[in-house]
Amino acid sequence: MSQTAQTLHLPRSMREEIIAHARAESPRECCGVIAGQEGQLIQLFRLTNVAPGNTRYEVAPEELYRLERDFMEKGWEVAVIYHSHPATRAYPSETDVNLAFWPDAVYLICSLADPEAPDLRAFRIVDGQISEVTIAEA
Amino acid sequence: MSENGSIRVIIPTPLRRFTDGQAQVNATGATVAEVLSDLDARFPGLKERICEPNGEIRRFVNVFVNGENVRKAQGAATPLKPGDEIGIIPAMAGGSHQSR
Repeated sequence: MSQTAQTLHLPRSMREEIIAHARAESPRECCGVIAGQEGQLIQLFRLTNVAPGNTRYEVAPEELYRLERDFMEKGWEVAVIYHSHPATRAYPSETDVNLAFWPDAVYLICSLADPEAPDLRAFRIVDGQISEVTIAEA
Repeated sequence: MSENGSIRVIIPTPLRRFTDGQAQVNATGATVAEVLSDLDARFPGLKERICEPNGEIRRFVNVFVNGENVRKAQGAATPLKPGDEIGIIPAMAGGSHQSR
């Protein structure tokens, strides 16, 4: 994904998978990534949240390292990092901004604040600055 | 193992802007800290992203030696031998928690 891409073409199947993952983990936050190559989303990976409590996520470091190593060999990149906000809106929190160490990825948040109507929004978070990325169904 | 004492270091995407885009670089050193200092001489700013000012690995960065997290070994002081592979990975973390 180029640094300037402001539209995320998200296949419906991936959107549904993220919502299903968020519901399965609730009241805890879920987390995962979508691999990309040359701007195309390829495969979604559910990852393990090792952070305690219901308002934080941290991908298991060993899992993340194996994944990054695998992506490197395949020529894939971390195109999307997703997590859920089970009880709050789909907008980056202060914690999300402070811990956004992947400026090349799109951060996607799935809110379950209205359990009947999950809300997905996507952002780039670069040097503490949030810019929204439009989600288009691919 | 091409060079005497050479350690291969895997650079994650977010830190490749410090290594001119290279995903793998070679370095020398007898410990993780020495390898990171060796790299910092060539790629200024890289070590600061990985280590606290006191030299310990930052809370939201993980460093692996041959796939083992150095937090479970001796941290930055973890010894190395030629042919070892170091992996560095920034945390993927956040959450709805509002700190105040």
